[in-house]
Order: sequence, then structure tokens, then C-alpha cells
Amino acid sequence: MGRDASLRSATISVLVENEPGILARVVGLFSGRGYNIDSLTVAAVDEAGRQSRINIVTSGTEMVIEQIKAQLGRLVPVYRVADLGREGPHIAREMALIKVAGTGEKRAEALRLAEAFRARVIDATTESFIFELTGGTEKLDAFLALVRPLGLAEVSRTGIAAIARGTRTI
Amino acid sequence: MSGEQSGAEVLLQALKEQGVEVIFGYPGGAVLPIYDGLFRQNAIRHVLVRHEQGAVHAAEGYARSTGKVGVVLVTSGPGATNAVTGLVDALMDSIPVVCLTGQVPTHLIGNDAFQEADTTGITRPATKHNYLVKRPQDLARAVHEAFIVARSGRPGPVVIDLPKDIMIGSAPYSDPPEDGHPSYRPRTEPDPAAVRRAAALLKGAKRPIIYTGGGVINSGEEAAALLGTFVRLTGYPCTSTLMGLGAVPASDPRFLGMLGMHGTYEANLAMHGADVMLAIGARFDDRVTGRLDAFSPGSRKIHADIDPSSVNKNVPVEVPIIGDAGRVLAGLIEAWEADPKAHDRAALAEWWRTIDEWRAKECLAFTQDAAKGAVIKPQHAIRRLYEMTVALGREVFVTTEVGQHQMWAAQHFRFEQPRHWMTSGGLGTMGYGLPAAVGVQVAHPEGLVIDIAGEASILMNIQEMSTIAQYRLPVKVFILNNQYMGMVRQWQELLHGGRYAESYMAALPDFVKLAESFHATGLRAESVDQLDEVIRVMLETEGPVIADIAVDPKENCFPMIPSGAAHNDMILSAATEGRAAGITDPGLVLV
Repeated sequence: MGRDASLRSATISVLVENEPGILARVVGLFSGRGYNIDSLTVAAVDEAGRQSRINIVTSGTEMVIEQIKAQLGRLVPVYRVADLGREGPHIAREMALIKVAGTGEKRAEALRLAEAFRARVIDATTESFIFELTGGTEKLDAFLALVRPLGLAEVSRTGIAAIARGTRTI
Repeated sequence: MSGEQSGAEVLLQALKEQGVEVIFGYPGGAVLPIYDGLFRQNAIRHVLVRHEQGAVHAAEGYARSTGKVGVVLVTSGPGATNAVTGLVDALMDSIPVVCLTGQVPTHLIGNDAFQEADTTGITRPATKHNYLVKRPQDLARAVHEAFIVARSGRPGPVVIDLPKDIMIGSAPYSDPPEDGHPSYRPRTEPDPAAVRRAAALLKGAKRPIIYTGGGVINSGEEAAALLGTFVRLTGYPCTSTLMGLGAVPASDPRFLGMLGMHGTYEANLAMHGADVMLAIGARFDDRVTGRLDAFSPGSRKIHADIDPSSVNKNVPVEVPIIGDAGRVLAGLIEAWEADPKAHDRAALAEWWRTIDEWRAKECLAFTQDAAKGAVIKPQHAIRRLYEMTVALGREVFVTTEVGQHQMWAAQHFRFEQPRHWMTSGGLGTMGYGLPAAVGVQVAHPEGLVIDIAGEASILMNIQEMSTIAQYRLPVKVFILNNQYMGMVRQWQELLHGGRYAESYMAALPDFVKLAESFHATGLRAESVDQLDEVIRVMLETEGPVIADIAVDPKENCFPMIPSGAAHNDMILSAATEGRAAGITDPGLVLV
């Protein structure tokens, strides 16, 4: 059997018991075994705050991705591991707060681009805007590339939240 | 019970409920309330070790030789950090251990208090799971859960960090949770379809090999018995990892001996030439596979393991089976017998003829000069130890340290049943054997417990001789003394031009006097004519013994698959030069 050496990106959601140290456990697993984390988000997702969902975007060969899923599944406080891209269509979104500083034509151009990308202005001074932009990672990357020469001063991104389409649940 | 109990009392009650009979530990400030509780009861025995690393290895020896969970109690800070090596050892070898660590009171956590360490942080990657009990109401459940986690699925070590105020203050007791753990659900029952596929694949094999590991031992006596049944039923050749020795009796003609870096010629060539491989409770460790892209290149592989992360980790397999080794073997036997198709007896006979030719090489052969005054070959020392021990007819348990002596013990001491061979496989922890022997002897007071050691390894936890003296444990320490860190010396000879950097053990103690200072008997054999007499006296002595056996300092451990080489590139004897025999530059970086 040959090994597929090509890399793929995977969006993995992990439903965990919300106990102290669980995030350190997951992050430590990735660093200890040399896996990549491209993005990571975590928050409690049930009413009682007992369960949290961790969304991780990672990359590796098919064998490594399968190993990551198995290693996550082996952690005692883990209920379920879902490889969202593999188990069917899914939606992934992230949010960014983007500060663009500048005056004159560049400032006006930044505002026009924001409208085109449906970014909201959530703070403004005469020399700056803060935009709130939600969407897929590629959309955020595209907007950031456009505003970079216009005075991009600072960006804060959430990392992705992801969920399967339709009635399927984790 | 009432809520008036202290946390320490609740802890001890939960331990009793879990069937704990003995704890290996060392007191300190943070665990004084627990020791006070131990003092005031008689159900649980405490064995005082002399170093916390020793406590964990003793618990491992206890666990491996009984199948029960080994329990450790150490104090905060250095007590916990000293235990870390033992925890990782238990993690790598899948040994069920619950380690109770003291912690500074909850209001001081994070304050850099005296003897404070972030124990849960430090032990997170060193354990299967760990707990920090910050509320009295969580205590009993954490203890019960820890035992469930430690012994089920793929077993492993679990730490429970216990702040001192939680131990002193009152806490409610609760019985073990009926639903087990909320999220932890190890899979033990294999997929019947996968088992049937595996059985069919095995039945069609012309050159089969069964490769088994510690998972079979961990599954229990029944799994080992089923493995023996399956091997006899099929007539297929079987090999084992270091951890799996004893699952199939060494005397079974279908057993080819250990495989891997220092495995037998016949086992490794059978792995290399097989057309169907059944791996069960083994994890394709680098010590077993050698060069991965040349590992058993022509075989269709079945891998049964209780840990899904062990499957397809190093070697892609065609039929993965997730489940307990015993359940898988029971399923395989059933499927094999239900399948009316006969296996290819002619091909199997031909395969056995080939294997017998490999066997005829007698890869473990060595030459012992029998003349008076001749230097003792280490292999000969182990062979004589084995023969003279077997002749006694007693139940014999062997532990080892790590290095050449460990490999020679694995090659030349033959194990007929599981749970009688305790060695540090995954982590390769020098200093494992003596404290492990303490744990084995505590569990089996009537057993003959022998630590086969090297003179370098034994010094790593030599303080446990004091534990042995205190509890009058009749442990026999059999040191193959070659005055070198032998395996380091061997690699330096084969890979580093004979530049023996720091591997010579200068200023060794007089082991006879050392034994006597620990109230034990000290013996020494300096030449081959003295060997049998020393072994005889050692075995006849009722109390603990250190037998210091001076062996050939230049002897290397063969056969050997050089690192980075394939199974069919084995070096059979010293006659072959290391670098010329397949050690590649990529192989040099491997350990």
C-alpha cells in the first residue's frame, strides 16, 4: 500500500467535557506530536457549560490527519471528533476586527472596499476605522490584502467556527 | 457514610472500594494528612520506597505481575517531579498506575509556595489522564474515575493531585459512578465483519506470521490462553515483541522468539518474507520495524489493537480491528472454525521448512570457554541462571534494567506464561528493574523474583536496596558486570569508530560490600568455574542477594538490525563490521 504524501487541510471539531486543562491537553497533543495548528477556537456550547467545542484547522498528510483524529479521540475528556470536510459539506466562518489608519484618498478607498466586502464600521476616528468582517478565511485574507497598502494597522481574528450543513450534528 | 469524614479518609475509603491493598510511597509535607489516615487503618499496606521514581516502578512491577492497578503516593513538588520518569514509563508500556500526588493548599496554588509544582501541567503528557481536585465534592468521583481510566481500554498511568486543604477539610463520600466516565468510552468489542475478513485473509495465507505484543498480556490470562489456542489451531509461526514475551509459551515450537532489533534471525526473516501478517496488541515500534519502507514489504497486514491511534500510525494496514486482544482472538478462533475452507497445508509446510533453515543458523549461539579461569560470557550467565532456576520448579519472575543485559535476558531466559517478565520497553528506563522487583515481590511473597541487571543500570535506583532490607524482600539481583554501559559501548564500537566516550564505568562499588551494607548477601563470580556455585548459593539464600557476575566487557549483543536497516540486513555476529553491514547515514541519527 502506498502512502499519500500530499498535504491536505482539515477542519476538525472536537466536543469535550469542559474541565480544567482540556485546552492545554489538546494544544499539548498538537505541539508534543509535531502537528500544525492553523486556527483554533474554543467555547462552551451547552446550556450548563459542561461541554465545549474546539474547532481546529490543521494540515498534514492523510495518514497524519487520521492520526490526529485518533489521538484526539483517545483523550479521556473527548466525546466526539468530527472531520468536517470529510464527513459531508460544512460551513466555516471567522470574524476579524481590522484597524486601518490613514487619511485622504486611502481612507476613502478603505471604506469603499469595506462596503464591497460587507464589513461593518464599528469604530471611527478622523484618522482610523475599525471594521468588523465575518466570513470564510479566504474572504478575510482577501480583504486584508486589499487594505494592507491603505494603512492596515492591526488585526484581530477569531479563528474559525465550523459546523456541518443540514441536520447532521457532531 | 456521613459527610463528617476528612478528605484523606474519603480518599482511603475510595481506594479500599477500588480494591487497593498496597501503596508504594514516600511521605512529605503536603501528604501528611493522608499518611495520618494510613496510620489509623489496617486495610491498606504502605511500602516505603527510597525515591519516588522507585515508587512508580514498584507499582508498575506490582501491576504487571498481578493485572491489578498499582498505586503510588508521593508528596508535592519534588515528590511529584521525581515520579515523572516512572509515569512516562508506565504510559509508554501501557501499565495501569494511579499516582496520588500531594499539592499545596488550594489558596496557595500558583503562588510559588514551598514544594509547589504545577503537577497536572507537568504530568499532562506523562499520563493517560490527570486530575487536580479543587473541591471536596469532586474527590471521591475523581478517585473512582482514575481507576476506571487507568485499567480500562489501553491501560496507563493516572495522576490525582490532592491539595492539602482538601485532604484536611471534610468531604462527602460517593460510590463509584454507575455510568463510568461521562466521555470516556474505550472500544473493546471488535467489529465482527473486520474479524471475519481477517480470518479469511489468514486462512488464505501461504507464508503467515503472527506478531503479538504487550496488549495480549494486558488483556489478561484469558487472552494469552486464546492466543496459544489460535497459534496451535492454525499451526502458524508466531513472534513477539519484548513486551509480549510469555503470552505464547517459549517452548511452543511455533514460537520463533522475539523479533526486532535484537530479535531472532528466524523471527525477523519470517516477518520480512511473510505474505499475511496478524499483529495483535503490538504497535509497530521502531525497535520492531527497523527501516519502515523495507518492513515486511510483501505482506497483507491485519492489525488488532485496543487503541485506534496505534493503528495506521507507522505502518498502513489492510484490515484494522479496534478491540480488546482477548475479544479479537476469541472472534478469530470462532471465524476460523466457522469457515469451511481449509488453509493451504502444503504452502504452510514449505514455509516452515524455510523457517527451519533460518532457525538452523542458531542466531543466539555463543562460545563459552569452559576452562578454569575463563571469562564468563554474559549469554552463558543468563542461560545458566535460567537452567538452574527452572530446575527449582518455583514460580519465577524476572525484571530487568535497560541495556545489553536486558536484551540477553529477553533472548536467553524463556518465559512460559504471561505476567512473569517485567521490563521497560517503550521508555527504556535504566533503574527500572530493582524497584519493579520490589513491587513484584510485595505482590508475590512466595515467588522467586530476580532482577537481571547491568552494573550501570543498577546504580540508578540502588537506594531501593534499603526498601528491600526494610520489608525483608528476598529479591535476587543478578548483575552482568562488564564495567561498561554495554549498549552505549556497543553502539560506540559499531557506529562511532570505537571512541568510548564516557561509557566506561570507572570507580564501581564493591557490590559484595554494598550488598552487605544493605543487610543483603553479596556474591561475586569472576570466572566461568565460579558461576554455577554463585547462582546456586544465590538461589538457596533465603534473603536478598546481589550476585556480581564479572562478564566479558567486549561482548556485543547480537543478532542486531542496525538502526535504519531492514530486517533482512541483520548482523548475526561480531564477525560482521557494523558500518559495512547496512548502517546508513540516515540510520546514524536514529536512536
